[in-house]
Amino acid sequence: MRDRHADCYFFSCLVCSVKNASMPFGNTHNNFKLNFKVEEEYPDLTKHNNHMAKVLTKDMYAKLRDKQTPSGFTLDDVIQTGVDNPGHPFIMTVGCVAGDEESYEVFKDLLDPIISDRHSGYKPTDKHKTDLNFENLKGGDDLDPNYVLSSRVRTGRSIKGYTLPPHNSRGERRAVERLSVEALNTLDGEFKGKYYPLNKMSDAEQEQLIADHFLFDKPVSPLLLGAGMARDWPDARGIWHNDAKSFLVWVNEEDHLRVISMEKGGNMKEVFRRFCVGLKRIEETFKKHNHGFMWNEHLGYVLTCPSNLGTGLRGGVHVKLPKLSTHAKFEEILGRLRLQKRGTGGVDTASVGGVFDISNADRLGSSEVDQVQMVVDGVKLMVEMEKKLEKGEAIDGMIPAQK
Amino acid sequence: MANNFARILSSKRNVGILSLVGAGSLTAAFLLNREHVTAGAQVRRVYPASAEYPDLRKHNNCMASHLTPAIYAKLVEKATPNGYTLDQAIQTGVDNPGHPFIKTVGMVAGDEESYEVFADLLDPVIKERHNGYDPQTMTHPTDLDSSKLKSGKFDDRYVLSSRVRTGRSIRGLSLPPACTRAERREVERVVVDALAGLKGDLAGTYYSLTHMTDQEQQQLIDDHFLFDKPVSPLLTCSGMARDWPDARGIWHNNTKTFLIWINEEDHTRVISMEKGGNMKRVFDRFCTGLKEVERLIQEKGWEFMWNERLGYILTCPSNLGTGLRAGVHVNLPKLSKDPRFTKILDNLRLQKRGTGGVDTAAVGSTFDISNLDRLGQSEVQLVQTVVDGVNYLIDCEKKLEKGQDIKIPPPFKK
Repeated sequence: MRDRHADCYFFSCLVCSVKNASMPFGNTHNNFKLNFKVEEEYPDLTKHNNHMAKVLTKDMYAKLRDKQTPSGFTLDDVIQTGVDNPGHPFIMTVGCVAGDEESYEVFKDLLDPIISDRHSGYKPTDKHKTDLNFENLKGGDDLDPNYVLSSRVRTGRSIKGYTLPPHNSRGERRAVERLSVEALNTLDGEFKGKYYPLNKMSDAEQEQLIADHFLFDKPVSPLLLGAGMARDWPDARGIWHNDAKSFLVWVNEEDHLRVISMEKGGNMKEVFRRFCVGLKRIEETFKKHNHGFMWNEHLGYVLTCPSNLGTGLRGGVHVKLPKLSTHAKFEEILGRLRLQKRGTGGVDTASVGGVFDISNADRLGSSEVDQVQMVVDGVKLMVEMEKKLEKGEAIDGMIPAQK
Repeated sequence: MANNFARILSSKRNVGILSLVGAGSLTAAFLLNREHVTAGAQVRRVYPASAEYPDLRKHNNCMASHLTPAIYAKLVEKATPNGYTLDQAIQTGVDNPGHPFIKTVGMVAGDEESYEVFADLLDPVIKERHNGYDPQTMTHPTDLDSSKLKSGKFDDRYVLSSRVRTGRSIRGLSLPPACTRAERREVERVVVDALAGLKGDLAGTYYSLTHMTDQEQQQLIDDHFLFDKPVSPLLTCSGMARDWPDARGIWHNNTKTFLIWINEEDHTRVISMEKGGNMKRVFDRFCTGLKEVERLIQEKGWEFMWNERLGYILTCPSNLGTGLRAGVHVNLPKLSKDPRFTKILDNLRLQKRGTGGVDTAAVGSTFDISNLDRLGQSEVQLVQTVVDGVNYLIDCEKKLEKGQDIKIPPPFKK
């Protein structure tokens, strides 16, 4: 009774319909979706406030829906986090992620306008300047430690040839970890350190990392979870830091690598020096294994979230500004200095006791040196303003022009 | 009849093979039978299975107990005809290691074919979860003839409310973990269309989550009808909350005794409930309503996912078979403090939950008591189990009130 002809037809019909379904997250059966009309698949974005929702028209969806990157990342994969998180009227999130380096090419029509919106009008033809020569930074070693409690510079790096956290499989993520740990273990001198994988950490090690404020946890933000980057937690995630606890690398959190240089006090110059030197050393090791970092002259360093393109750099301080922060012009001053404020717990937290996290707002279109310079100069100015306000003097004459 | 069936399959699925089926339901059933649903296309992998195998050493769920490296290697390159893969099916179990005291299932189905293509993993999971039911050798009885229920009226002094729920999936459309927005919207359309045909005491209204007014929302909350976006990571990690609240909604009849959730954890969840202890009436309405809805979707060429091996097909393997949870909110102040309470429930094949539902605590001494089993017994049998069991519990409570002693009943035999 078995119809062999029917079986063959069954197979040949289906073999062509499932092409690159090699990665496990959510939307991989893209070709099956093409059986439905655009109107039926186009997401309802009427209540959404994020960059993706502003840009993704039905026509654009129709144009991009049948595309995939070579590893099989699709338009729906890119936008899922933005569909699932409508956002808030006051806070404009990006609403999309990249699954691999090629996402920025294949979905250019969507990502270029988003990048432009997010990065102050950056054009598809613009070139991004990379400058990791710490010697080009002026000053930065004299921020008043009575006000500046700590200084920190972070960035991210993606390893060429591997897909990014929203998309990677366990095998890939483990390969990224292996390669990263191998590279980090070659570091010596001031950078000599140790790797602590999240799933093998002892209780004592965990306690210590928490006390040092180093330990990162499984993401809870739906913005991140909706993009699939927390899958298989804590498999192949870990923290590496040098013995001096001043140079730290996160492996496989939101990006392949997050690289952090930090110390107490206001010596941003030293923090930045260590940052640049350490990054260069790490990059050399990766290059030796034929896996350099993802970078191009248009987008700079390529990372998971379009908001982190360019330098991926956030240089900042924890600074006491109880008077200035309650001044009517505080927000305006920050805007003109191209700085942003966050609470002392990082993004989306509140400040405690008048202490703020102040960092650069820009990522793309200016270099690492430019951005850290803005932080150094801006924080120096704000501390002077704070001192003036303490003496009961006005600061109107000190308010800077727009940078 | 045969032609109708062929039309059903070919118009709702764009998979070539089924449109070749000119003959009737027999051939189609044959094709859906295990030996013939060979996996969909091969899945191309960059890394060997051993590099991809999840780390399950700290896990306590049914998937982790049965997913050996050998089974993983065998299934990881397969996909259902729609492209749903093993990694997707197990993601929720990988991301949620579980708790030593509570063993969750740890995997879901993305479509009807998942239960065939990944049978090597799902069959042992089903067997463990459903008390030894072996899908390879056993058949599941479906019986929605509520007239067979005996003595289904409880003492209202103890039973505050009675409720029966189940789920139904629309054949031909992927399940919530895998469905596209278009499929989800199609489920909504098909079901809402059918529900509009309900009459008499079943007539009602649909409230879409996207278009609900504030007033309607408040009313639904007050009625304890409104469901919210899932927060449990067990559910969200499987992908079933994507695109919320697109194509989700609640339908209920005017008398608020028959309620349907659309596109929450399953295509539909069907609920019959009322205050008091008249489980018989609740079950009558449940069966009548279900049969009516089924008739109405069939008129339009659709049907529910069902087969002899597994009964009604739902997203979570724990809900296969009847998908039925029949329960009461019952006040048992004395019995609930008796150390034999848990053993009595076990032997009666009942489980207790708090009055907020699964994973909540009891308030005062009011418990949610319902059937443990889902697969291997019919709807009538399971509701009878609840009726007999709850009557026994009330009897115990009354005995304890009078200072008399109670007995642990013998373990339940089918």
